[in-house]
Amino acid sequence: MRPDRELPLARGPVREVAPAEAADLIAAGAALIDTRETHEWKAGHLSGATLIPPIEVLDRIAQVVPDKSTTVVVYCAAGARSMRAALQMAQLGYQDVVSMAGGIGLWKAQGLPTELPSDTPAIARNPRYARHLVMPEVGPEGQGKLAQSKVLFIGAGGLGSPGLLYLAAAGVGTLGIVDFDVVDLSNLQRQVIHADDRIGMKKTQSAAQTIRALNPEVKVVAHDEMLTEENVDRLIAGYDVVIDGTDTFETRYTLNDAAVRAAIPVVHASVFRFEGQLSVFVPYEGPCYRCLYPTPPPPELAPGCSVAGVLGVVPGVMGLLQATEAIKVLLRLGDPLVGRLLIWDALDGSFSEVVLRRDPNCPACGQGAVAQGTPAQPALAGAG
Amino acid sequence: MTSVRIPPVLRVHVGGQKEVDASGATVGDLLRDLVARSPGLGEQLFTADGSLHRFVNVYLNGQDVRYLKVLDTPVGERDAVIILPAMAGGA
Repeated sequence: MRPDRELPLARGPVREVAPAEAADLIAAGAALIDTRETHEWKAGHLSGATLIPPIEVLDRIAQVVPDKSTTVVVYCAAGARSMRAALQMAQLGYQDVVSMAGGIGLWKAQGLPTELPSDTPAIARNPRYARHLVMPEVGPEGQGKLAQSKVLFIGAGGLGSPGLLYLAAAGVGTLGIVDFDVVDLSNLQRQVIHADDRIGMKKTQSAAQTIRALNPEVKVVAHDEMLTEENVDRLIAGYDVVIDGTDTFETRYTLNDAAVRAAIPVVHASVFRFEGQLSVFVPYEGPCYRCLYPTPPPPELAPGCSVAGVLGVVPGVMGLLQATEAIKVLLRLGDPLVGRLLIWDALDGSFSEVVLRRDPNCPACGQGAVAQGTPAQPALAGAG
Repeated sequence: MTSVRIPPVLRVHVGGQKEVDASGATVGDLLRDLVARSPGLGEQLFTADGSLHRFVNVYLNGQDVRYLKVLDTPVGERDAVIILPAMAGGA
Protein backbone atom coordinates (compact mmCIF):
# COMPACT_ATOMS: atom_id res chain seq x y z
CA MET A 1 0.00 0.00 0.00
CA ARG A 2 1.21 3.42 -0.86
CA PRO A 3 1.11 5.62 2.26
CA ASP A 4 -0.08 8.71 0.34
CA ARG A 5 -3.21 6.99 -0.99
CA GLU A 6 -6.45 7.59 0.77
CA LEU A 7 -8.35 4.35 1.09
CA PRO A 8 -12.10 4.29 1.63
CA LEU A 9 -11.75 1.13 3.67
CA ALA A 10 -8.89 -0.89 5.04
CA ARG A 11 -9.66 -3.74 7.40
CA GLY A 12 -6.73 -6.03 8.03
CA PRO A 13 -6.00 -7.99 4.91
CA VAL A 14 -8.99 -6.46 3.12
CA ARG A 15 -8.76 -3.27 1.14
CA GLU A 16 -10.93 -1.46 -1.35
CA VAL A 17 -9.49 -0.12 -4.58
CA ALA A 18 -10.78 1.79 -7.57
CA PRO A 19 -11.36 -0.08 -10.86
CA ALA A 20 -8.15 1.21 -12.48
CA GLU A 21 -6.04 -0.15 -9.65
CA ALA A 22 -7.97 -3.41 -9.69
CA ALA A 23 -7.14 -3.66 -13.39
CA ASP A 24 -3.43 -3.31 -12.56
CA LEU A 25 -3.67 -6.03 -9.91
CA ILE A 26 -5.49 -8.33 -12.32
CA ALA A 27 -2.85 -7.69 -14.99
CA ALA A 28 -0.17 -8.49 -12.43
CA GLY A 29 -1.74 -11.92 -11.86
CA ALA A 30 -4.25 -11.49 -9.03
CA ALA A 31 -7.06 -14.05 -8.85
CA LEU A 32 -10.36 -12.52 -9.93
CA ILE A 33 -13.72 -13.44 -8.36
CA ASP A 34 -17.15 -12.21 -9.47
CA THR A 35 -19.56 -12.50 -6.55
CA ARG A 36 -22.94 -11.83 -8.13
CA GLU A 37 -25.86 -14.03 -9.22
CA THR A 38 -25.79 -16.12 -12.38
CA HIS A 39 -28.20 -13.92 -14.32
CA GLU A 40 -26.01 -10.88 -13.64
CA TRP A 41 -22.92 -12.82 -14.75
CA LYS A 42 -24.66 -13.76 -17.99
CA ALA A 43 -25.19 -10.10 -18.81
CA GLY A 44 -21.42 -9.53 -18.82
CA HIS A 45 -18.39 -9.95 -16.56
CA LEU A 46 -14.70 -9.10 -16.34
CA SER A 47 -12.36 -11.16 -18.49
CA GLY A 48 -10.71 -13.98 -16.54
CA ALA A 49 -13.15 -13.83 -13.62
CA THR A 50 -14.65 -16.86 -11.87
CA LEU A 51 -18.26 -16.64 -10.73
CA ILE A 52 -18.91 -17.45 -7.07
CA PRO A 53 -22.37 -16.23 -5.99
CA PRO A 54 -22.38 -14.66 -2.49
CA ILE A 55 -23.95 -17.65 -0.79
CA GLU A 56 -21.23 -19.98 -2.11
CA VAL A 57 -18.13 -17.95 -1.23
CA LEU A 58 -17.28 -19.74 2.02
CA ASP A 59 -17.68 -23.17 0.44
CA ARG A 60 -16.00 -22.64 -2.90
CA ILE A 61 -13.23 -20.06 -2.54
CA ALA A 62 -10.59 -22.61 -1.42
CA GLN A 63 -11.30 -24.64 -4.52
CA VAL A 64 -10.95 -21.66 -6.86
CA VAL A 65 -8.01 -20.00 -5.04
CA PRO A 66 -6.13 -22.71 -3.11
CA ASP A 67 -3.13 -20.51 -2.16
CA LYS A 68 -4.16 -18.08 0.60
CA SER A 69 -1.19 -15.81 -0.08
CA THR A 70 -2.49 -15.05 -3.57
CA THR A 71 -3.85 -11.55 -4.08
CA VAL A 72 -7.60 -11.90 -4.74
CA VAL A 73 -9.65 -9.18 -6.44
CA VAL A 74 -13.40 -9.50 -5.76
CA TYR A 75 -16.13 -7.51 -7.43
CA CYS A 76 -19.91 -7.45 -7.62
CA ALA A 77 -22.41 -4.98 -9.12
CA ALA A 78 -21.69 -1.96 -6.95
CA GLY A 79 -19.18 -2.98 -4.25
CA ALA A 80 -21.28 -4.11 -1.28
CA ARG A 81 -21.45 -7.87 -1.86
CA SER A 82 -17.77 -7.96 -2.83
CA MET A 83 -16.81 -6.29 0.46
CA ARG A 84 -18.77 -8.89 2.42
CA ALA A 85 -17.13 -11.68 0.40
CA ALA A 86 -13.69 -10.14 0.96
CA LEU A 87 -14.25 -10.04 4.73
CA GLN A 88 -15.35 -13.68 4.65
CA MET A 89 -12.17 -14.59 2.76
CA ALA A 90 -10.06 -12.72 5.28
CA GLN A 91 -11.70 -14.78 8.04
CA LEU A 92 -10.72 -17.91 6.12
CA GLY A 93 -7.12 -16.76 6.19
CA TYR A 94 -6.61 -15.06 2.83
CA GLN A 95 -3.85 -12.54 3.26
CA ASP A 96 -4.47 -9.99 0.54
CA VAL A 97 -8.10 -9.52 -0.51
CA VAL A 98 -9.17 -6.54 -2.59
CA SER A 99 -12.77 -5.45 -3.06
CA MET A 100 -13.31 -3.36 -6.18
CA ALA A 101 -15.09 -0.14 -5.24
CA GLY A 102 -18.16 0.65 -7.34
CA GLY A 103 -18.27 -2.88 -8.76
CA ILE A 104 -18.70 -3.71 -12.42
CA GLY A 105 -20.98 -0.70 -12.74
CA LEU A 106 -18.17 1.75 -12.08
CA TRP A 107 -15.73 -0.44 -14.06
CA LYS A 108 -17.95 -0.13 -17.14
CA ALA A 109 -18.65 3.54 -16.51
CA GLN A 110 -14.92 4.15 -16.69
CA GLY A 111 -14.81 2.53 -20.11
CA LEU A 112 -13.07 -0.66 -19.00
CA PRO A 113 -13.88 -3.82 -20.96
CA THR A 114 -16.20 -6.70 -20.03
CA GLU A 115 -17.07 -9.88 -21.82
CA LEU A 116 -19.99 -12.27 -22.08
CA PRO A 117 -19.92 -15.97 -21.16
CA SER A 118 -18.67 -18.08 -24.08
CA ASP A 119 -21.98 -19.94 -24.42
CA THR A 120 -23.94 -16.69 -24.79
CA PRO A 121 -26.31 -16.70 -27.77
CA ALA A 122 -25.89 -13.87 -30.28
CA ILE A 123 -29.03 -12.07 -29.13
CA ALA A 124 -27.63 -11.73 -25.62
CA ARG A 125 -24.65 -9.90 -27.08
CA ASN A 126 -26.94 -7.33 -28.66
CA PRO A 127 -26.52 -4.10 -26.70
CA ARG A 128 -29.89 -2.92 -28.02
CA TYR A 129 -31.57 -5.21 -25.47
CA ALA A 130 -29.13 -4.64 -22.59
CA ARG A 131 -31.88 -3.47 -20.21
CA HIS A 132 -33.90 -6.62 -20.92
CA LEU A 133 -30.91 -8.93 -20.77
CA VAL A 134 -29.98 -8.01 -17.22
CA MET A 135 -33.46 -8.83 -15.94
CA PRO A 136 -33.82 -12.46 -14.86
CA GLU A 137 -37.47 -12.46 -16.04
CA VAL A 138 -36.39 -11.72 -19.61
CA GLY A 139 -32.68 -12.45 -20.02
CA PRO A 140 -31.17 -13.98 -23.17
CA GLU A 141 -33.79 -16.74 -23.20
CA GLY A 142 -36.74 -14.35 -23.07
CA GLN A 143 -35.14 -12.02 -25.56
CA GLY A 144 -34.62 -14.96 -27.90
CA LYS A 145 -38.27 -15.89 -27.45
CA LEU A 146 -39.34 -12.35 -28.33
CA ALA A 147 -37.19 -12.50 -31.46
CA GLN A 148 -39.01 -15.67 -32.49
CA SER A 149 -42.45 -14.21 -31.72
CA LYS A 150 -45.04 -12.93 -34.14
CA VAL A 151 -47.57 -10.33 -33.07
CA LEU A 152 -50.37 -9.00 -35.26
CA PHE A 153 -51.79 -5.55 -34.55
CA ILE A 154 -55.21 -4.87 -36.00
CA GLY A 155 -55.12 -1.15 -36.70
CA ALA A 156 -52.15 1.20 -36.87
CA GLY A 157 -54.11 3.96 -35.16
CA GLY A 158 -54.37 5.35 -31.65
CA LEU A 159 -53.75 2.04 -29.89
CA GLY A 160 -51.47 0.58 -32.56
CA SER A 161 -49.13 3.57 -32.68
CA PRO A 162 -47.58 3.24 -29.23
CA GLY A 163 -48.14 -0.51 -29.09
CA LEU A 164 -46.28 -1.20 -32.33
CA LEU A 165 -43.45 1.18 -31.44
CA TYR A 166 -42.75 -0.47 -28.11
CA LEU A 167 -43.14 -4.02 -29.39
CA ALA A 168 -40.63 -3.16 -32.12
CA ALA A 169 -38.29 -1.61 -29.59
CA ALA A 170 -38.68 -4.69 -27.38
CA GLY A 171 -37.42 -6.87 -30.22
CA VAL A 172 -40.56 -8.80 -31.17
CA GLY A 173 -39.28 -10.55 -34.30
CA THR A 174 -42.29 -10.18 -36.57
CA LEU A 175 -44.91 -7.47 -36.40
CA GLY A 176 -47.93 -7.79 -38.66
CA ILE A 177 -50.08 -4.71 -39.23
CA VAL A 178 -53.60 -4.78 -40.62
CA ASP A 179 -54.88 -1.38 -41.75
CA PHE A 180 -56.46 -0.22 -44.98
CA ASP A 181 -56.52 3.47 -44.12
CA VAL A 182 -54.23 6.37 -45.03
CA VAL A 183 -52.70 8.89 -42.64
CA ASP A 184 -54.99 11.87 -42.03
CA LEU A 185 -54.14 15.13 -40.29
CA SER A 186 -56.79 14.43 -37.63
CA ASN A 187 -54.93 11.20 -36.70
CA LEU A 188 -51.79 12.98 -35.56
CA GLN A 189 -53.23 14.17 -32.24
CA ARG A 190 -52.58 10.62 -30.98
CA GLN A 191 -51.19 8.33 -33.72
CA VAL A 192 -47.54 8.99 -33.02
CA ILE A 193 -46.17 6.28 -35.30
CA HIS A 194 -47.12 8.47 -38.29
CA ALA A 195 -45.83 11.91 -39.20
CA ASP A 196 -46.97 15.20 -40.63
CA ASP A 197 -45.11 14.67 -43.90
CA ARG A 198 -46.83 11.32 -44.43
CA ILE A 199 -50.41 12.56 -44.69
CA GLY A 200 -52.06 10.55 -47.45
CA MET A 201 -49.57 7.67 -47.13
CA LYS A 202 -50.89 4.20 -46.35
CA LYS A 203 -50.81 3.66 -42.59
CA THR A 204 -49.15 0.26 -42.95
CA GLN A 205 -46.37 1.85 -45.00
CA SER A 206 -45.95 4.79 -42.63
CA ALA A 207 -45.89 2.52 -39.58
CA ALA A 208 -43.39 0.16 -41.22
CA GLN A 209 -41.13 3.12 -42.01
CA THR A 210 -41.11 4.29 -38.37
CA ILE A 211 -40.58 0.77 -37.05
CA ARG A 212 -37.63 0.17 -39.38
CA ALA A 213 -36.06 3.44 -38.30
CA LEU A 214 -36.41 2.40 -34.65
CA ASN A 215 -35.41 -1.25 -34.95
CA PRO A 216 -34.32 -2.62 -38.34
CA GLU A 217 -34.09 -6.12 -36.81
CA VAL A 218 -37.89 -6.38 -36.75
CA LYS A 219 -39.66 -7.89 -39.74
CA VAL A 220 -42.78 -5.92 -40.61
CA VAL A 221 -45.59 -7.64 -42.50
CA ALA A 222 -48.00 -5.06 -43.89
CA HIS A 223 -51.56 -6.18 -44.62
CA ASP A 224 -53.04 -3.25 -46.47
CA GLU A 225 -56.61 -4.47 -46.28
CA MET A 226 -59.71 -4.32 -44.13
CA LEU A 227 -60.19 -7.26 -41.78
CA THR A 228 -63.30 -9.15 -42.94
CA GLU A 229 -64.99 -12.50 -42.50
CA GLU A 230 -63.39 -13.58 -45.77
CA ASN A 231 -59.75 -12.80 -44.96
CA VAL A 232 -59.58 -12.97 -41.16
CA ASP A 233 -58.49 -16.61 -40.90
CA ARG A 234 -55.68 -16.05 -43.39
CA LEU A 235 -54.59 -12.78 -41.74
CA ILE A 236 -54.25 -14.11 -38.20
CA ALA A 237 -52.80 -17.52 -39.10
CA GLY A 238 -49.34 -18.13 -37.66
CA TYR A 239 -49.36 -15.25 -35.16
CA ASP A 240 -48.71 -15.92 -31.48
CA VAL A 241 -50.77 -12.99 -30.21
CA VAL A 242 -53.23 -10.64 -31.90
CA ILE A 243 -53.80 -7.15 -30.55
CA ASP A 244 -57.19 -5.61 -31.10
CA GLY A 245 -56.83 -1.95 -31.99
CA THR A 246 -59.99 -1.85 -34.06
CA ASP A 247 -62.55 0.89 -33.89
CA THR A 248 -65.71 -0.92 -34.97
CA PHE A 249 -67.75 -3.65 -33.36
CA GLU A 250 -68.03 -5.50 -36.65
CA THR A 251 -64.26 -5.98 -36.89
CA ARG A 252 -63.99 -6.79 -33.19
CA TYR A 253 -66.52 -9.63 -33.39
CA THR A 254 -65.03 -10.96 -36.62
CA LEU A 255 -61.59 -10.99 -35.02
CA ASN A 256 -62.85 -12.54 -31.79
CA ASP A 257 -64.59 -15.44 -33.49
CA ALA A 258 -61.64 -16.22 -35.76
CA ALA A 259 -59.14 -15.99 -32.88
CA VAL A 260 -61.27 -18.42 -30.86
CA ARG A 261 -61.32 -20.83 -33.85
CA ALA A 262 -57.54 -20.53 -34.22
CA ALA A 263 -56.95 -20.52 -30.42
CA ILE A 264 -54.86 -17.33 -30.61
CA PRO A 265 -54.88 -14.96 -27.62
CA VAL A 266 -56.27 -11.47 -28.26
CA VAL A 267 -55.28 -8.44 -26.23
CA HIS A 268 -58.29 -6.19 -26.29
CA ALA A 269 -58.61 -2.50 -25.54
CA SER A 270 -61.16 0.17 -26.23
CA VAL A 271 -61.20 3.85 -25.41
CA PHE A 272 -63.77 6.60 -25.02
CA ARG A 273 -62.94 10.21 -24.22
CA PHE A 274 -61.08 9.94 -20.88
CA GLU A 275 -61.51 6.23 -20.27
CA GLY A 276 -60.01 2.98 -21.45
CA GLN A 277 -60.72 -0.72 -20.95
CA LEU A 278 -58.37 -3.64 -21.33
CA SER A 279 -58.54 -7.41 -21.14
CA VAL A 280 -56.75 -10.47 -22.50
CA PHE A 281 -58.90 -13.09 -24.19
CA VAL A 282 -57.14 -16.45 -24.20
CA PRO A 283 -59.43 -18.90 -26.00
CA TYR A 284 -60.71 -21.73 -23.81
CA GLU A 285 -58.62 -20.58 -20.85
CA GLY A 286 -60.69 -17.51 -20.11
CA PRO A 287 -63.65 -15.66 -21.55
CA CYS A 288 -63.71 -14.27 -25.10
CA TYR A 289 -65.20 -10.95 -26.18
CA ARG A 290 -68.56 -12.61 -26.93
CA CYS A 291 -68.69 -14.01 -23.39
CA LEU A 292 -68.51 -10.41 -22.25
CA TYR A 293 -70.88 -8.94 -24.83
CA PRO A 294 -72.63 -11.59 -26.98
CA THR A 295 -74.09 -8.95 -29.29
CA PRO A 296 -72.97 -5.46 -30.22
CA PRO A 297 -75.06 -2.44 -29.28
CA PRO A 298 -76.95 -0.53 -31.93
CA PRO A 299 -74.71 2.21 -33.38
CA GLU A 300 -76.61 5.08 -31.75
CA LEU A 301 -75.89 3.64 -28.29
CA ALA A 302 -72.16 3.19 -28.83
CA PRO A 303 -70.60 6.10 -30.65
CA GLY A 304 -67.01 5.64 -31.82
CA CYS A 305 -64.16 8.03 -31.14
CA SER A 306 -64.66 9.96 -34.36
CA VAL A 307 -68.07 11.03 -32.99
CA ALA A 308 -67.39 11.17 -29.26
CA GLY A 309 -63.74 12.25 -29.23
CA VAL A 310 -60.87 10.92 -27.18
CA LEU A 311 -58.05 12.54 -25.26
CA GLY A 312 -55.00 11.66 -27.35
CA VAL A 313 -52.99 10.20 -24.51
CA VAL A 314 -55.76 7.75 -23.53
CA PRO A 315 -55.23 5.37 -26.48
CA GLY A 316 -51.51 5.98 -25.93
CA VAL A 317 -51.67 4.55 -22.43
CA MET A 318 -54.03 1.75 -23.41
CA GLY A 319 -51.93 0.77 -26.44
CA LEU A 320 -48.88 0.49 -24.20
CA LEU A 321 -50.82 -1.61 -21.71
CA GLN A 322 -51.75 -3.87 -24.64
CA ALA A 323 -48.09 -4.17 -25.63
CA THR A 324 -47.26 -4.98 -22.00
CA GLU A 325 -49.89 -7.72 -21.84
CA ALA A 326 -48.70 -9.14 -25.19
CA ILE A 327 -45.13 -9.41 -23.87
CA LYS A 328 -46.41 -11.04 -20.66
CA VAL A 329 -48.32 -13.61 -22.73
CA LEU A 330 -45.33 -14.25 -25.02
CA LEU A 331 -42.89 -14.68 -22.14
CA ARG A 332 -45.41 -16.26 -19.75
CA LEU A 333 -44.70 -13.59 -17.18
CA GLY A 334 -46.84 -12.47 -14.27
CA ASP A 335 -50.61 -12.52 -14.39
CA PRO A 336 -52.00 -11.45 -17.76
CA LEU A 337 -55.44 -9.82 -17.57
CA VAL A 338 -57.27 -13.06 -18.41
CA GLY A 339 -60.80 -13.05 -16.99
CA ARG A 340 -60.30 -9.51 -15.73
CA LEU A 341 -61.32 -6.22 -17.29
CA LEU A 342 -59.17 -3.29 -16.32
CA ILE A 343 -60.84 0.11 -16.46
CA TRP A 344 -58.71 3.24 -16.45
CA ASP A 345 -60.32 6.57 -15.70
CA ALA A 346 -57.86 9.25 -16.73
CA LEU A 347 -59.74 12.05 -15.00
CA ASP A 348 -59.92 10.22 -11.67
CA GLY A 349 -56.42 8.86 -12.20
CA SER A 350 -57.81 5.52 -11.10
CA PHE A 351 -57.64 1.93 -12.26
CA SER A 352 -60.43 -0.47 -11.34
CA GLU A 353 -61.12 -4.05 -12.25
CA VAL A 354 -64.13 -6.30 -12.73
CA VAL A 355 -64.22 -10.07 -13.05
CA LEU A 356 -65.08 -11.55 -16.47
CA ARG A 357 -66.39 -15.08 -16.69
CA ARG A 358 -66.43 -17.58 -19.48
CA ASP A 359 -70.02 -18.05 -20.63
CA PRO A 360 -70.77 -21.77 -21.05
CA ASN A 361 -73.39 -20.79 -23.63
CA CYS A 362 -71.10 -18.40 -25.53
CA PRO A 363 -71.82 -18.69 -29.27
CA ALA A 364 -68.08 -18.46 -30.01
CA CYS A 365 -66.28 -20.42 -27.29
CA GLY A 366 -69.10 -22.07 -25.32
CA GLN A 367 -69.73 -25.79 -25.14
CA GLY A 368 -72.22 -25.80 -28.01
CA ALA A 369 -69.88 -24.00 -30.36
CA VAL A 370 -66.92 -26.17 -29.39
CA ALA A 371 -68.82 -29.46 -29.59
CA GLN A 372 -70.11 -28.71 -33.05
CA GLY A 373 -66.73 -27.53 -34.22
CA THR A 374 -68.56 -24.99 -36.31
CA PRO A 375 -67.55 -21.41 -36.84
CA ALA A 376 -69.25 -19.04 -34.49
CA GLN A 377 -72.07 -16.91 -35.72
CA PRO A 378 -71.00 -13.88 -37.71
CA ALA A 379 -70.90 -10.49 -36.11
CA LEU A 380 -74.16 -8.67 -36.01
CA ALA A 381 -74.69 -5.08 -37.07
CA GLY A 382 -71.53 -3.06 -36.75
CA ALA A 383 -71.12 0.39 -35.37
CA GLY A 384 -68.81 3.23 -36.23
CA MET B 1 -78.99 4.95 -1.37
CA THR B 2 -76.39 3.05 -3.34
CA SER B 3 -73.81 4.69 -5.53
CA VAL B 4 -73.86 3.62 -9.19
CA ARG B 5 -70.93 4.32 -11.51
CA ILE B 6 -72.12 5.66 -14.84
CA PRO B 7 -69.90 4.91 -17.87
CA PRO B 8 -68.70 7.87 -19.97
CA VAL B 9 -70.97 6.96 -22.87
CA LEU B 10 -74.08 7.28 -20.67
CA ARG B 11 -73.11 10.33 -18.64
CA VAL B 12 -74.95 12.63 -21.00
CA HIS B 13 -78.16 11.20 -19.52
CA VAL B 14 -77.22 12.04 -15.91
CA GLY B 15 -75.97 15.57 -16.36
CA GLY B 16 -72.37 14.49 -16.89
CA GLN B 17 -72.00 12.87 -13.46
CA LYS B 18 -69.71 9.88 -12.95
CA GLU B 19 -71.59 8.47 -10.05
CA VAL B 20 -75.20 8.87 -9.08
CA ASP B 21 -77.17 7.62 -6.09
CA ALA B 22 -80.22 5.44 -6.47
CA SER B 23 -82.25 3.35 -4.09
CA GLY B 24 -83.49 -0.18 -4.27
CA ALA B 25 -83.12 -3.51 -2.51
CA THR B 26 -82.16 -5.36 -5.69
CA VAL B 27 -80.12 -4.48 -8.77
CA GLY B 28 -83.37 -4.30 -10.76
CA ASP B 29 -85.00 -1.90 -8.31
CA LEU B 30 -81.86 0.18 -8.19
CA LEU B 31 -81.62 0.50 -11.96
CA ARG B 32 -85.34 1.22 -12.32
CA ASP B 33 -85.01 3.97 -9.71
CA LEU B 34 -82.07 5.29 -11.69
CA VAL B 35 -84.18 5.38 -14.83
CA ALA B 36 -87.00 7.12 -12.95
CA ARG B 37 -84.52 9.85 -12.05
CA SER B 38 -82.83 9.93 -15.46
CA PRO B 39 -85.34 8.66 -18.04
CA GLY B 40 -82.78 8.90 -20.88
CA LEU B 41 -81.10 5.80 -19.45
CA GLY B 42 -84.18 3.65 -19.98
CA GLU B 43 -83.65 2.51 -23.54
CA GLN B 44 -79.90 2.28 -22.94
CA LEU B 45 -80.25 -0.27 -20.15
CA PHE B 46 -83.48 -2.17 -20.67
CA THR B 47 -85.16 -4.04 -23.49
CA ALA B 48 -88.87 -3.51 -24.17
CA ASP B 49 -89.73 -6.39 -21.82
CA GLY B 50 -87.70 -4.90 -18.99
CA SER B 51 -84.66 -7.17 -19.04
CA LEU B 52 -81.11 -5.89 -19.24
CA HIS B 53 -79.70 -5.36 -22.76
CA ARG B 54 -77.11 -7.99 -23.65
CA PHE B 55 -74.60 -5.28 -24.60
CA VAL B 56 -74.76 -3.78 -21.11
CA ASN B 57 -73.08 -5.46 -18.18
CA VAL B 58 -73.70 -4.57 -14.55
CA TYR B 59 -71.16 -5.43 -11.89
CA LEU B 60 -71.80 -5.62 -8.18
CA ASN B 61 -68.55 -5.31 -6.24
CA GLY B 62 -66.64 -6.39 -9.35
CA GLN B 63 -68.87 -9.41 -10.12
CA ASP B 64 -71.14 -9.64 -13.16
CA VAL B 65 -74.73 -9.74 -11.88
CA ARG B 66 -75.59 -12.26 -14.63
CA TYR B 67 -73.61 -14.78 -12.59
CA LEU B 68 -75.39 -13.70 -9.42
CA LYS B 69 -79.18 -13.30 -9.50
CA VAL B 70 -79.26 -10.85 -12.39
CA LEU B 71 -81.81 -8.11 -11.66
CA ASP B 72 -82.92 -9.90 -8.50
CA THR B 73 -79.44 -9.67 -6.97
CA PRO B 74 -79.75 -7.98 -3.56
CA VAL B 75 -77.80 -4.76 -3.04
CA GLY B 76 -76.86 -2.83 0.04
CA GLU B 77 -75.93 0.80 0.55
CA ARG B 78 -72.24 0.04 0.73
CA ASP B 79 -72.11 -2.01 -2.45
CA ALA B 80 -70.35 -0.68 -5.54
CA VAL B 81 -72.40 -0.94 -8.71
CA ILE B 82 -70.82 -0.36 -12.11
CA ILE B 83 -72.67 -0.17 -15.42
CA LEU B 84 -70.47 -1.14 -18.33
CA PRO B 85 -71.77 -1.14 -21.89
CA ALA B 86 -69.58 -2.33 -24.78
CA MET B 87 -67.25 0.44 -26.00
CA ALA B 88 -66.42 0.76 -29.67
CA GLY B 89 -63.45 3.00 -29.86
CA GLY B 90 -60.02 1.91 -30.91
CA ALA B 91 -59.22 5.52 -31.80
